[in-house]
Order: sequence, then structure tokens, then C-alpha cells
Amino acid sequence: MNPAATVRSLQQRITEMQPLRLDDRALPTTPGLRPLLPGGALSKGASYAVHGSMQLALALLAEASSAGSWCGVIGCPGFGAEAAASLGVALDRCVLVPDPGADTLGIVGALSEVLTVVLLRPPSRVRPGEVERISAKLREHGSALVAMGDWPRPESTLRVTESRWRGLGEGHGLLNERELTVQTLDRRGPARHTVRFAGGAVADPALPEIRRLVPR
Amino acid sequence: MNATVDRAAPGTAERIIVFWVPDWPVHAYLRELQGTAQEPPPSPAIALIANRRVAACSEAARAEGVRIGLRETEAQSRCPSLVVTPHDAEVDERRFAPVLAAIEQLIPGVEPIRAGLCTMRARGAARYYGGEQPAAEAVLKLAAQLGLPGARIGIADGRFAAEQAARAAATEPGLLAPSEGVRIVPAAAAAAFLSGLPVARAADPAFTEVLHGLGIRTLGALAALPEDAVRQRFGPQGVAAHRRASAAGPQHGSELRPRTPVRELSVELALEPPVAHAEQLAFACMTLAERFISGLAEERLVCTALRVELTDDIGVRHERVWAHPHRFTPADAVNRVRWQLAAMPTAPEGVEHGREGAGIGHVRLSPVHTDRAAAHEPGLWSTEPDTRVHHHLSRVQSRLGHTSVGTIALTGGRLLTDRQSFIPWSTDRPGRRGARGSAADPWPGSLPGPAPTLVFPAPLPAELVDDTGSAVGVDDEDLLTARPTQLRVNSTALSALVCGWSPLWPLREQWWRGSPPRFRLQLQLSDGDAWLLLHEGGRWHAEGRYD
Repeated sequence: MNPAATVRSLQQRITEMQPLRLDDRALPTTPGLRPLLPGGALSKGASYAVHGSMQLALALLAEASSAGSWCGVIGCPGFGAEAAASLGVALDRCVLVPDPGADTLGIVGALSEVLTVVLLRPPSRVRPGEVERISAKLREHGSALVAMGDWPRPESTLRVTESRWRGLGEGHGLLNERELTVQTLDRRGPARHTVRFAGGAVADPALPEIRRLVPR
Repeated sequence: MNATVDRAAPGTAERIIVFWVPDWPVHAYLRELQGTAQEPPPSPAIALIANRRVAACSEAARAEGVRIGLRETEAQSRCPSLVVTPHDAEVDERRFAPVLAAIEQLIPGVEPIRAGLCTMRARGAARYYGGEQPAAEAVLKLAAQLGLPGARIGIADGRFAAEQAARAAATEPGLLAPSEGVRIVPAAAAAAFLSGLPVARAADPAFTEVLHGLGIRTLGALAALPEDAVRQRFGPQGVAAHRRASAAGPQHGSELRPRTPVRELSVELALEPPVAHAEQLAFACMTLAERFISGLAEERLVCTALRVELTDDIGVRHERVWAHPHRFTPADAVNRVRWQLAAMPTAPEGVEHGREGAGIGHVRLSPVHTDRAAAHEPGLWSTEPDTRVHHHLSRVQSRLGHTSVGTIALTGGRLLTDRQSFIPWSTDRPGRRGARGSAADPWPGSLPGPAPTLVFPAPLPAELVDDTGSAVGVDDEDLLTARPTQLRVNSTALSALVCGWSPLWPLREQWWRGSPPRFRLQLQLSDGDAWLLLHEGGRWHAEGRYD
């Protein structure tokens, strides 16, 4: 067998084995957001930085929440419950701390022990020691952090570069569908993706025609 | 068959003590006057009137010829100095409750018959006090301490005989009267004692008349009839009277059904010196809360709502009822005390106004709603939130305050802020069965389509301007006055221009009261941003943002 063929077969074996290892650490993720994330899912113990859209950040929580996990939204006084519910967040398992006060990261650390996905609007100044402590807690308890803003060393950074709405004209129509262009930056390198929202929920790219008639 | 059994063993009735206060309604009336600090009546002759007839009268009135059942005018004519007041049965019962509780301390197992009359078993008391007479003396001594010197004790086989003994004069045959107020019918002599009494004591008036017509005038004559014959002729009512007359015990079980002693479930704690800080108070209340919950647990109850009363050292009382979605644990109760003190208005530093007390001097916890503990056992499959989640959230809550952690529930309403309500953790959902209705109900004017992800708790002031820079408003035909080009929120102009907008849709509420209509507008900016605006009273507000 020539070296090139050996390398190819080895690479094939590696790619076959990788998802198995990653799946242990995967959290349920909305199908429409899977291509954006390394490993195809939110990963336990990882943190993600989302810039530019709260809807996108909430969509990352939705599948884990509707699968029965507890989620938390910390530091967002303007939480839109109806939008979250239509994305698929279970409101009775979604803990809100609208005003966490001075010790935001301490609260996040305490709550990440029980909440599977934590959505956080980080304070302007974050000390590296605190970040390390939170990362250790996330790894220990198998939860994920979604930060809306800058966060040091995230697993992936999702930045909304463009947002388009459909359905609204000049004096007629209503906002209906939304398309976001998201620039991701992770260990796979930078990439550009499109996320479509229909009726308040993430549209599955595999099933473009089928829409939910009744919002969840 | 029953009749033969009863006749074969006529002495099966157990020894019963009857405690009787003659003219109890009058005593209760006097105590009520005393308790409410009113003047005592001018004359000792008192009659309580119900339905225009005398329901009870005092000894002085009886000496003047007033009798129970007499018409009011007749009673007044017999005794001109008679004080006449309406009879209140509720006062009788209420004023008798402390007497019952005091007797229960002396002899357990008291059955109240009516206000002023109660019974208890003689056997245990007689053994404890060394005889029936000393037991009776002990109860009378207690009655004298309670201010009831005229109380009577009757001891006999069976309740009916004991009650008749208590009412009997000391000179009646077949009865021992060892001291004033005590009447004892010796064991197995009850039938002999009763035989001389008129038949009206054991039967109601109609039945008494029938018996008189048959020539049966004493209980002895009634008891001499065979029970089978009485049953055939007079049915159950006749049998009951016959059994009372013959002093027979019950066919099975006991005549006496002692009440369950009432237990005080609320707990209190006096603090000296007063405590001003929530943490100190919470620490001081830990054992109190544990005592409170364990007291309920002993009664097989759980507490689902709790009243916390905090009293200042200057006597100002702060009271609040806290509900719990499941059941209170001691830690939950302590948290409520802490939150209540933390939420109380405190005087600012160096200012003499506000809460002037130095701190809390008295804490009282009382249950408002209780439930059977059996209804709150954890199910086989978890029905309550995960205990770990609850533990951590409660810790955060005790760090940040009661209203800082919670969940959101959707409610009915038109505006975005009306449609969601924040529920602090471990408090009951307010109005679960909805005064405000459900979010799924039709709400004319509410937002169709996707909802904004950012909902401003208080709407932000906004301005909408057209390309000439003048403000865009709403005209009489519910249309925009111009094409909007720019949006200003919080008096900052957004750089992106308006590129799309929805038709205005009105929210007409309470137009019959003259409330002006409000309008909503969706707005799309050229950079892909979208806003939901509300027009109210000539001004624009930003209600939410599609972030």
C-alpha cells in the first residue's frame, strides 16, 4: 500500500471515530444551527460567544431546554418570553436572573452546577481568573455557556454580519421571516453561514418547505 | 337478641362524670361584658331572650318567678327589674372553650355536650385521685378558680343518669351528696335512682304526652316495660327513651366520644434586645421555624401558606402572608422571615423618620393554609422540580433577594410587558386560574407573528421623523402623517434609515371611558434591525426590539 493511500485510510478512520468521541459531549442542538458549531452540536463544558443577535443566542438554548434540561438567562432584564417560547425554550425550566448585581460571574459559577445551558450578558470587565473558574465548573458539571458579547477563549465565536427581514413593505405587511448571515470562527477556521427563522423558530434547512403552523 | 343481652347485663354502662354549670349562658354573657370592658348590668336578675322567649335566666331572676320558655313580656311583668338582652349562642360556645381546655388539663378525654355541659370517664380519674369523690372535688376546685362556684358534678352509670344526678337536689333518694355540688349515684344503682324521675326527662314532649296517656309517668314505669314491646309500639325513639330510663349501656363501643384536644400550631419568639438585621433575625428564627414545621408534621399536616408577623420594639407590626408552591420546609420559612425584614422600609442613615423602631422584638409564625401531609408525599416519578436546582436557586435567592431569581409565565394581555409575568422562585404562581386570562385567548390588537426578543420593561421614548426632519404622527384616519425615514430612540438617532413599516394597527381599549386609542407599528431599518413601536398620547415609544 502506498503512503498516500495509507494516509487516506487513516484519515477516514479518524473521521469515523471522531463523532463517537464528540457525541459524549454533545448537547441537543437545533438542527438549523448544527452546521455553525464545531462537532455539529453544543458541547458540554464549552463556552460560546454570540455577537449581534439575542434571537440566535436563545436559539442555541432552545433544543436543550425543550429536551428537559434547565436553562438560565442571566443579566438580561429585557428577556422576551414569547420570542423564547416560540423558539422552543421551556419557560418553566428557564431560570431568569435579570439583575445579578456586582458578582455576576460568581452567580454564573454557582448556577452552572445545575443549569445545562447558561445564557449570559457578560459584564464589561472580566477577570481571567474568574473565567478559568467558570470554565472548570462548566467542564466538571457538563454544562455550556453562551455569552452575548466578548468572552475569552470561546469554543466558537458567532458574529451576525447581516440580517434581512421578509414580509414587511412600505406601509403594508408584517415581519415574518428573518435570515441571518453568521460569521463563525472556531477551530475549523472562519466560515459564513445562513440561518433562517420562520414564524419565530429556526427553520430546518433540510426541510425548507415545511413550516410550523402553530407557533410553539 | 339485643334486648335479652341488655336485660342479662344491665350494669354494662360505664361510670361517667358530668360537669355542669347551671345558667351557663348568663355566665357567658357576664364574661363577654367583662372581656369587652363594658359595664355590668344594673340588676342581678338577667334574662337572655331568643325568639321573644326566655332562653336562660340568672338565679336572682328565677327567684322572682322567671322561668325558661316564658314569654318576654310575662317575664318582665313578673320581675320588673329584669335585665333583658338577646341570647347569643356563639358567645356561649366561645366562652366555654377555655373552661373545656382547663378541664382537659385535669382529666383527659372530655366530650363537650353543649355549652355549659361536658362529660368524661370516671374510671381513670377515680383511680388517679383515689376515688370518685376526690376527683369531683378536684374538678370543682378548678371551677372555683375559673370563677364558676355554682358548678355541679354528677357521677353515675351512663351519661343520662350522670346528667340527671348533676341536676338533682341533694335530698333526692338513691343518691349520695358528700359535699356541695357533688352528686354520686353508686354503681349499679342508677336504675333505682332514675325510677322516681318524671318521664319527661328522657322523652321529648310529644312522646311524653303519649306516655302520660298510657299512664306511664315515671322513668321506672317506662323501664319496667319489655324492650321488645316498646320497640314494636314506639320504634327507635321509644327504644332510646327506654334505654335511658333503664340506665342500660350502649350496645357496643362507648357512650363517650372525647374530642381531640385543640393544638396551637403557631409559634412565636420574643427577641431581647431587638434585632435589626435580616441575617441576625434569620439566624435567631431557625429553631423557631423548625419547631413550627415539626409541630405541623406531628399533626400530619404540611403548611402551604404562612403568615409572618414581625413586631417592632415600639409595637409597629409588619404582617405578610407567603404562599409556597409545594410545602414549607424550615429553611423556606426562615427565608420568608429574612425577605420580609429585608423588604421593610428602613430609615436612611442619620434621618429620624421612617421605621423608628430599633429592630424586631417579636416574631410570630402562623399557618394560613395547611394540607394533609399524605397529599404531599413525593410521587414515584418526580413531580417537583429537581431538589438540586431548588437548592442552588434558593442559595442565589438568599444572596440577591427574593425577587431576583425566578421564571417567567405567559399571561393574557395586549402589550408585550402585559403578556409575561415574572414569578419569583419558590412562590406560588399568582392567579394560575387566571383573572387575566390565558395568552392563547384572542386579544384584539395583540402582536401577530414573531415576538421581539428584547422587551423593554419600561417602554423607551422614541421619535419617528420623515425626510424633512419633522415628526411623524398619526392622523384622524389612523394613518401615518408622512413616510418615516429615521428613528430616534432615547433621543439618539439610529444611523440606519427606515426601509419598511407595517400598517398602523390600533389598540382600542375602554373607548367608552374616553381612553384615546393606542397604535402599534413594526419598523424595519436598512441594516436589518427591526423595532416594535407604540404610539400613545401623541408620542412614540419603543416597546420591543427584534434583536
